[in-house]
Amino acid sequence: MAIWVNRDTTVLVQGITGSAGSFHARQMLEYGTRVVGGVTPGKGGQRFEERVPIFDTVAEAVEKTEATATIIYVPAAFAADAILEAVDAGVGLIVAITEGIPVLDMVKVARAMDRSKSRLIGPNCPGIITPGQVKLGIMPGHIHQPGRVGVVSRSGTLTYEAVWQLSALGIGQSTCVGIGGDPVNGTSFIDVLEAFDRDPETDGVIMIGEIGGTAEETTADYIKRSFRKPVAGLVAGRTAPPGKRMGHAGAIIAGGQGTAAEKIAALQEAGVHIAPAPSALGETMKTALSRGRAG
Amino acid sequence: MKIHEYQAKELLQRYGVPIPAGRMATTAEHAQDIARGLGRLPVVVKAQIHAGGRGKGGGVKLCRSLDEVFARASEMLGMVLKTHQTGPEGREVRRLLVEEGVDIECELYAGLVLDRAQGRVVFMMSSEGGVDIEEVAEKTPEKIHKVVVDPVTGLMPYQVRKLVFACGLRPEMVGKAVKLCRGLYDAYTATDASILECNPLIVTRDGDFLALDAKMVFDDNALYRHPSLNELRDLDEEDPKEVEAKVYDLSYIALDGNIGCLVNGAGLAMATMDIIKQSGGEPANFLDVGGGATVEKVKAAFSILLRDPKVEAVLVNIFGGIMKCDVIAEGIIRAAREVELTLPLVVRLEGTNVEEGKALLSASDIDVVSADNMIDAAQKVVRLAAERRAAMATATATANAKAKE
Repeated sequence: MAIWVNRDTTVLVQGITGSAGSFHARQMLEYGTRVVGGVTPGKGGQRFEERVPIFDTVAEAVEKTEATATIIYVPAAFAADAILEAVDAGVGLIVAITEGIPVLDMVKVARAMDRSKSRLIGPNCPGIITPGQVKLGIMPGHIHQPGRVGVVSRSGTLTYEAVWQLSALGIGQSTCVGIGGDPVNGTSFIDVLEAFDRDPETDGVIMIGEIGGTAEETTADYIKRSFRKPVAGLVAGRTAPPGKRMGHAGAIIAGGQGTAAEKIAALQEAGVHIAPAPSALGETMKTALSRGRAG
Repeated sequence: MKIHEYQAKELLQRYGVPIPAGRMATTAEHAQDIARGLGRLPVVVKAQIHAGGRGKGGGVKLCRSLDEVFARASEMLGMVLKTHQTGPEGREVRRLLVEEGVDIECELYAGLVLDRAQGRVVFMMSSEGGVDIEEVAEKTPEKIHKVVVDPVTGLMPYQVRKLVFACGLRPEMVGKAVKLCRGLYDAYTATDASILECNPLIVTRDGDFLALDAKMVFDDNALYRHPSLNELRDLDEEDPKEVEAKVYDLSYIALDGNIGCLVNGAGLAMATMDIIKQSGGEPANFLDVGGGATVEKVKAAFSILLRDPKVEAVLVNIFGGIMKCDVIAEGIIRAAREVELTLPLVVRLEGTNVEEGKALLSASDIDVVSADNMIDAAQKVVRLAAERRAAMATATATANAKAKE
């Protein structure tokens, strides 16, 4: 079960002949992901690794392969176009790995997707993985274990850190979703939590936030109101100075809004078990599972 | 990327936004010439640095004679201006804006920014202009009026009317306001700005709008399609270490602490800073080497963070996903040799090929303390920094004692 992706998911890779795209397409195939096609305009008719057919357009790829998901590795300047091409072709799940897309491009993409049935995960994210079944992303597959804890995060390597801590404690994961570090993205914490709430194979969730914006505060409201499973949380950036962009375009504290302290307070209020340190995420989840909701 | 006020005004003028007559000067003589050229007094001399709050810090002066212009400009150039946005070290003033003085009827605030929650640009206006807008937002949020802009239609006249009436402006200002606000919106979108503010935006005694101040910040991710904006970059306003980091595609931000850190991934880098602080140290920087770090990048990262004299020890925290730990270990070893690292170095490696990476480090001739997890790494590096400080103090004391003998 898990959420959104499983062993039946069939995947296209947009930008499959680029350096990142080809490397990760190979990694995904090794993990067992059903990569059914690639898209690189002008290279239609060729094959990737002698087995995956390449198409000129996403529409043609969808028609011929009936892919249910796509993953985007095209460079930032062309990424908004690639996302909207996938939306137009009716792909249900679109995962955008690309980092550095101009914000105003994403404002237009978000507007264009207003009434779309497609789900966009990212951009600037590590992707989504249901351990043991399917990987759509750049995360190291081998640190994951199939299990019953969901992970949702704005950060890449910090998610790996959380997964690694869980696996070391023998706690497997149902699905791990990186929603991305950009200010405008397709899938929110709440979208993911709603799916985890409905998923009978997820018992609890780790949520990793960071400074900037108010997504964590809004999510805290939602958790308090309607989320029924235990949550362990972390907010990165307690020591970040205001006004500086900490790597992620979204990670900037502006005008006293979006500080780690405010976010932590809101999440605690909502019954989230906050990890006392980034190294204690796994242990905190373990406690949360045994005790239920905090506070 | 930030630019100066005078640059933002020149840019806005191209989009039909009215600005006071004036020009930039780098010497007092030049400033006086500009004032003479304006043909009327008084004029205003404004220090150009990439920070707000200049007026309170003594960076804005009204001058009633040309002699006064020369005197004020001489004082300002080269002075270190401290405002609430510069931090205690302040910023050296190298450029001035000399501008005509204007009669102010009322002061407004106008600003454009991205509303992340809605994924849209918002246009904000307030009748409380000329003061710290963050303070207005905090104490009297009802005095800041907002409209959310649909990217398909752009800012619509009815939205501007809403703002104009909410701010209590006279109905006859509507036409001018629509032209002005659309100019601001066009400037914002055409340049991929992330922040555009006019504070104050004034109404003159003659009933015209005038952008008395202008601030623009651009989306770094979009600069590739605006080559002309790159020419507005003022490297004097940026930390030289941050400038160099950009060349190597590293994300580096200088901070005030004693522990240098080198991490892959922005979230993990922030978490590493947090855990250093929790362990009793202070991070000296934020440094994300990115997902595809090469030996060259790791080397550059080391040399940049070691140039900070406050750094007493270095923590490397790498979660090798796609990036293999043995490759990182190799990079660390080569970097440590080439930069002749003498500071304590703590390395925490995890993920792909971690055993090979650890083996490489322990077999090398560089002095590395390895750590098993983040908290272990942070505690070790904080302790080593303290030990080094103590050892240095003893060494200095001994040297002083010897010198006295």
